[in-house]
This record gives sequence, C-alpha cells and structure tokens, in this order.
Amino acid sequence: MIVNRRETWIGRILLVLLMVVTVVPFLSLFVTALHPAGTYPSGLSWPDSPQWGNFVDAFRAANMGRLLWSSTLIVLGVVPVSLLLGTMAGFAFGHLKVPGHRIGFVVFLLGLTLPFEGIITPLYYQIRDMGLLNTRWAIILPLIGLFMPFSVVWMRAHFVTMPEDLSEAARIDGAGTWQLFWRVHVPLAMPALSSLAILLFLWTWNQFLLAIVLVDDPAKRTMAGALGAFQGQWGTDIPLLCAGALLILVPTLAVFLVFQRRFVAALLQGSIKG
Amino acid sequence: MSVPATGRRGPRARRPRRAWLGWLFALPAVVMYATFVLRPLLLTVQYSFYEWNGIGASTWVGLDNYGRLFTDSELFASILHAFELILFFSLVPVLLGLFVAATIRGIAQSRLATVARTVLFLPQVIPLVAAGIMWSWLLSTTGLANELLSAVGLDSVTRAWLGDFDTALPAVGIIGAWVLVGLCTLLLLAGMSKIDPALYEAARLDGAGPVREFFSITLPSLRQEIGVCVTVTVIAALASFDIVYIATQGGPGNSTMVPGLEIYYLAFSEREVGMASALAVALVVLVLLVVLPLQRLTRDGSR
Repeated sequence: MIVNRRETWIGRILLVLLMVVTVVPFLSLFVTALHPAGTYPSGLSWPDSPQWGNFVDAFRAANMGRLLWSSTLIVLGVVPVSLLLGTMAGFAFGHLKVPGHRIGFVVFLLGLTLPFEGIITPLYYQIRDMGLLNTRWAIILPLIGLFMPFSVVWMRAHFVTMPEDLSEAARIDGAGTWQLFWRVHVPLAMPALSSLAILLFLWTWNQFLLAIVLVDDPAKRTMAGALGAFQGQWGTDIPLLCAGALLILVPTLAVFLVFQRRFVAALLQGSIKG
Repeated sequence: MSVPATGRRGPRARRPRRAWLGWLFALPAVVMYATFVLRPLLLTVQYSFYEWNGIGASTWVGLDNYGRLFTDSELFASILHAFELILFFSLVPVLLGLFVAATIRGIAQSRLATVARTVLFLPQVIPLVAAGIMWSWLLSTTGLANELLSAVGLDSVTRAWLGDFDTALPAVGIIGAWVLVGLCTLLLLAGMSKIDPALYEAARLDGAGPVREFFSITLPSLRQEIGVCVTVTVIAALASFDIVYIATQGGPGNSTMVPGLEIYYLAFSEREVGMASALAVALVVLVLLVVLPLQRLTRDGSR
C-alpha cells in the first residue's frame, strides 16, 4: 500500500488525540475520587494525600456487595433464557422456514427500533397488576421480551446461512426436529451465540430506565439503576460519588478487558445487524 | 420423530403436515415478545386517547393529547430538542469518525491501532449513567473543561456548562458524541478494511491526493457502514434518556427536556398517563419515520 509518511504521522497523532479524549473523563473520575470527601477539587489535580479510603467508604455506602449480587441475579435471569428463546425462534424462522415465517420475522424486525420509553407506561401498570413491582422479576421478564427482536433477528441471520443438506442428512439418520436442533444446530451456532451473550449481558447490566421505574429498592436493581440512586443520595459529595461511580464501572470494565476481542467483534457486528 | 416409515419419501413429502409444528420453536419467544412488548405497545396507543391519572377513572378525549403535542410549547420543544441532539449524537460522530478512520486507514494494522480499538470502545461498555456522572463533573464550574479554557486565556467563556440555558443542550450533546464517536470510528474503519487496496494504489498512481481518494473511493464504498452509524446514533439521540436524566434532569428550566424524559415525568410524577402515552406513540413513530428511509437508502446502495 502506498501511504506517505506525513499521512502516517497525522494519523498517529489524531488517533492518540482521540484516545486521550476518550480516556480523560475516566482519569478525571479517578483523580477526583482520591480527594478528601466533601471537597470540590478542581480539574485534574493530584491530591496532596490520596484518600484511598474513599473507595472503601463508597463500597459500603453503595452497598456494593449486594448490588453485584443483584445485578448478577438479573443477568442470570435474562441472558440464558433470551439466548434459548431467541435461538429457537431464529431456528424456526431461519432454518425450518415455518409457514408464515416472513410475517413472523417482520413483526420481530419492527421491534428492533422500539425505544423502551415507548412502552414503559403501560408496562408499569402491567407489572403492578402481576404483583411483580419492586422485585427483580420486574426487570427480568420485560427485558427478555424487549431483547427478543434483536436475539431473533441475530440468530435467524445465523441460521439462514446453514446449508439445508446438513438437516437432510440428520433427518435421514432418523433425527427428529428437536434432536436436529440440539445435536446439530446449537453446537454449530456457538460463535453467534457467544457474541449475542456478550451483548445481552452488557445491555442488561447497563439497563437504567426499567430499573428506576419498576424497582424502588436500589439493592434489587441493575448496576446502572443503582448508580442513579447513588447519585441522588451522594450527589453533593463529589469525591465519594466519583469513587462509587468507578467501583460500579469496575465489573464491566474487567469483563470487557478480559474478553475484549470478542466484545469489539460482537459490538461491531451487533450494530450492523441492529 | 413418530413415523420412521416415511423417512424414505424424504422430508419434502411430509413438510406440509410437520411444518406448522415448527412454530412450537418460535412460540416461547412470541409469547414473551407479545406479553412484554406488543401488549404494552398497543396499550400505549389505547391510553393515548384517554385522560387518566393512573388511579381513578379515565375519560375518553380522542385526539386531544396529540393536539397538545403541537400546541403545548414545552412538549413540542422536547421533540425539537431531540432533533437538535441528532446534530451531536449523529453528525459529529459520523463526520469525525469518517475523518479519523480515513486518516488512520494506512496504520490500521499497527500496534497503536490495536490498542486504540480497545480504548475507543470503553465508552460503549460503561453504563450511560456513568458517562453522565463523569461528564457532569468535567463540565461543572470547577471541572476540567473550564480549567483548560482558563489555561488558554478564555476565562470569559467559562461557566457551568450544564447549568446554563444556552449551553446545556449542546453540553448534553457532547456527552453523547463522546459515547458514540469511538463506535462510529471503528465501524467505519472495519468497513474501510473491506475496500480493495488495489483501488487506492491505482488512485495514487493516477496522482490522486488523500482528499480526492476519500471522496471517490472511501466515501462511496462505505455507504452501508455510514447508514448503520447514522441509524444507531439517530435512535440514540431521539430516544435519549439516561444521559439527560443524570446530567441535567431536563433543566435548567426545560432547556434539555427530551421526549424520553418528558414521558417519564408525565407518567410517573405528573400522573398524566394519557399525555405520556401520546408522546410515547409520537416518539415510536418518529423513530420509525427517520430510520426506515435510512434503511432503504443503504439497502439500495449495497445492491
């Protein structure tokens, strides 16, 4: 490739600049979190005596242990079920091509752009009537429904690429549709499934609107919802708020850094299909 | 499963009878989707024709709620704000993303670019709420933004960016731009990597400069990726909630009120469920009206 040196350098500088802009808010959060509680530190100044204890205080004030547990429960309730239902429906529409599969698919497709605000009001009354308000089910069940369009569209996209011969062969060997699904197609769908799992995990963990509307007790919310409550409670104590915000970020950041390659691939693919 | 004898006649013969059974696979997904998305969606439409405080009896008011969308300046302003946010959530990330991606195309395989891929994704991974908290602090009176401005002698423009009537909405927009610019850059870069390098070499041999190259090769080939970026970011702008809720709560005054937040307030603090629902319907329709044409545009381009 012919690229002259000047352009390479401009590219490097630009890239570094963009990275700095991306990282500076995180740094500012970190540095501020180390200032004495209750002060209003200015800008990016390193404190005279870093107050590492702020993190401990914030951990306690935000009830982090319970929050982590709560978010984990919600993720465990949402992600596996969404994966299973999405895969089964994707299989029916994309591979079995059941009668009327086009219409079924379009109905799901239309849900893809739906803003959650569009249904939040009736959802509140529905969840109330089901007696689920202020329980984790109030977040889990609607999220599974709301993730269906994306999961189905995503898995269908995988299943339409699967060759028909594969199923014919399995059927001749005497496999029923159920066995065909579990023994042949689910194992082959693993790459698509793992990317979907990453996306669903992220979207559940970061879900805010459902958490603040349907669950009053921050200890039963998602991480993001709890952070909102934490801001309301400690919003005036900037260093403590920053410490709390950082703590709440740590789990996702850790998972992201461990699985970063998959993450980036999943998110890029995710937006293309979405 | 049950009739092994028909196996020899092949799947085609038994398809019609068994085919409907396939719906059993789709059934659980359909049930969840219908219960927690389609039903509330239909109810939103129904509520929008009533006046209801969420507790007592409701009164049928026909299209009155929709009429108020246009006559009530506060409600209408929230929709306008959402469109203004598109400038920041979509235009800035897409243009900046295009510029950066085109500039770093040559070094896309370097170590620096690999690191950048991870770093630029960070804003996508964290909750928007956290982005809101970080930036509220950066943009506050004693925050870094003002500190930098003072450092270059622009003391006169420093202010509480999120608390000022004139700058609050753009400031919220900048938070959104920060979240989305990395995603757009990487999406566009991924798109560029699919362009045949021979095209660029040919252009260089013909004496085309970087600008020419960008407009005659890069831009046309990226039609689909640009469409994706615009779609994702426009939805993020129109349906914005988290960032605004945390950073400004719609204020000062109503200068950063957006439809998502207005729906939340109307439904859950002002107890105007009908009005909230009408705005919700308007928001859903608005998103579809903006997104569907975009989809057509990119589809045609790829064919």
